[in-house]
Amino acid sequence: MSFEIVAPVLLTVISAATPLLFAALGELVVEKSGVLNLGVEGMMILGAVAAFAVTVATGSGSLGVLAGAAAGMAMAFIFGVLTLTLAANQVATGLALTIFGLGLSSLIGAGFVGIPVPPLPRLNIPGVSDLPLVGPLIFGHDLLVYLSLAAVIAVGWFLKKSRAGMILRAVGESDISAHSIGYDVIAVRYKAVIFGGAMAGLGGAFLSLSYTPLWTEGMTAGRGWIALALVVFASWRPWRLLAGAYLFGGVTIAQLYTQGAGGLGIPSQVMSMLPYLATIVVLTIIAAGPWKGRLNAPACLGKPFRPST
Amino acid sequence: MFKNLSRRRFLAGSTAAAGALSLTGSLAGTLGGRAAFAADPLKIGFVYVGPIGDFGWTHGHDLGRRAIEAKFGDAVKTTYVENVAEGPDAERVIRQLVTSGNKLIFTTSFGFMNQTVKVAKQFPDVMFEHATGIQTLDNLSIYSARFYEGRAVIGTMAGHLTKTGKFGYIASFPIPEVVRGINAFILAARKVRPDAEIKVVWVNSWYDPGKEADATKALIDQGCDIITQHTDSPAPVQTAASRGVWCFGQASDMTNFAPDWHATSILDVWGPYYTARTQAVMDGTWTSGATWDGFKQGMVEMAPYNAKLPAEVVEAAESVRKAIVAGDLHPFAGPINDQKGMAMVPAGETIPDGDLLGMDWYVEGVSA
Repeated sequence: MSFEIVAPVLLTVISAATPLLFAALGELVVEKSGVLNLGVEGMMILGAVAAFAVTVATGSGSLGVLAGAAAGMAMAFIFGVLTLTLAANQVATGLALTIFGLGLSSLIGAGFVGIPVPPLPRLNIPGVSDLPLVGPLIFGHDLLVYLSLAAVIAVGWFLKKSRAGMILRAVGESDISAHSIGYDVIAVRYKAVIFGGAMAGLGGAFLSLSYTPLWTEGMTAGRGWIALALVVFASWRPWRLLAGAYLFGGVTIAQLYTQGAGGLGIPSQVMSMLPYLATIVVLTIIAAGPWKGRLNAPACLGKPFRPST
Repeated sequence: MFKNLSRRRFLAGSTAAAGALSLTGSLAGTLGGRAAFAADPLKIGFVYVGPIGDFGWTHGHDLGRRAIEAKFGDAVKTTYVENVAEGPDAERVIRQLVTSGNKLIFTTSFGFMNQTVKVAKQFPDVMFEHATGIQTLDNLSIYSARFYEGRAVIGTMAGHLTKTGKFGYIASFPIPEVVRGINAFILAARKVRPDAEIKVVWVNSWYDPGKEADATKALIDQGCDIITQHTDSPAPVQTAASRGVWCFGQASDMTNFAPDWHATSILDVWGPYYTARTQAVMDGTWTSGATWDGFKQGMVEMAPYNAKLPAEVVEAAESVRKAIVAGDLHPFAGPINDQKGMAMVPAGETIPDGDLLGMDWYVEGVSA
């Protein structure tokens, strides 16, 4: 692979990783609060269709992005009412949310199939954006890419340093203790779940406005599930999540380029397996390595909380 | 027509007597005279593998269904079930369409074959049509389109348009249908540009816009200056346009996604076949058969050529299309060498349909 191909490959990797990063980062915060929301795919695709529809209707990409986030939040709110207020089973509700989101998005999107939108504007700093290699790589993206990276830093800081973040972690590790010292477990979890919805919606908006600026049914094509896997892969740590999303995007893209370059004689089906194989290998290493047992899953993950008093 | 209607009614009545088909039986039982039956619309069912909004394969079939509705109006009643998984689930759907009174049922994906055959055997008075299938019964026809004829047209255009001589092909799964398309494309292109080669990237999906877009970028980055696809989303077309590369769409007219760079698309036109089969059922002339039609019968068409294409490219494309229609040109006429340069088909011979249907080798110029 020659040098001039490195920049385009990296550019493609960045765009492949961004939707995963958004959705997974949101889910990470949700899971840190002790809630397992398997409806990421559903929230993501509803975000995608809402962002697309609003962009078509208003002509404004920014409004579209906001609509995507809002749609994700609305879906997350439904999930919150069912699992937090009504204490329904989180796994079943999350799965239902995904199926519901896929169906509803098809219904909303029926009138938008086959319409193009202009892609989101890219950052363009005169002089800097034209630098070879560095220019397009660092300064040539649309704002959502920078937002996703900023969100990693923000979530990292929030969980580790901020008081609210520590309360959130406490709620996720031991809801009963947090409740007994006076924290409102349900309220904290609501906020986390809705944040997760907003992030999944942003991931969807990135898909339908930037990655492939079009709407087609089922366009998330399983990325919500990969985001869920990434959270485990990253052992609930934002920085590892960043690495995981880019690693996953990188392996996906590398296999496409390798095929184009002649395929190295490896069957394409094997190449398509690589990202998933890489995930399994890393998970195994994390689980069996010297830091064994530190998978770091929040202790109350997936358990409904019913305040007794 | 009345005679045939009464034949159908007789069939329905006799099955009711046999007690095998209670619902159809009770339907027939409630019908009074002949006039009441004639006013009853012919019910037609469709089983789709994808969503009708995929803007590709299933979308094309749904246009065919709408063509039936447009032509026959109140004389027919169509029903479709979308997103039906290939496999056991399909049987339940097909059976349900039968029991709700559909007399003509189209199952529009290869993977519905076993289920269609099974249900067709149990309901001999219902007519079945299975797209891209290989098994027929007295009440089960198969039909498909010679998409490869369209591939020969776009291959010719690609040969004229390319500068680098490298074509990018976004492919779904290595099945004969796709392999045949790749081969037809490069055979036609090499008649114009003998040193041309084709790079194939398999995305192992019929439908993943993101991955299709990424594969497009990968191919363009590696020097391909023409992009064509055998997947169902408009993402490759859109991505190619953003890089300023000529591209060819699949199954639907994708001009909207790349007004400046979309050269043309190969269109599946199912409407005429669907309306003809519906008419045949109404007339009582429906018989089981195997249909594999192309340009000549109008089952494959080209979307309008891009106005920005050089005139000689459009001329070359049209002359290939017309030669195929006239029977003067066969996309798989020899001499043909395989990928390693071995002679497979001598000059003066063409690959017979049976071999085309099972094609599992690449011609010279393919890197896959």
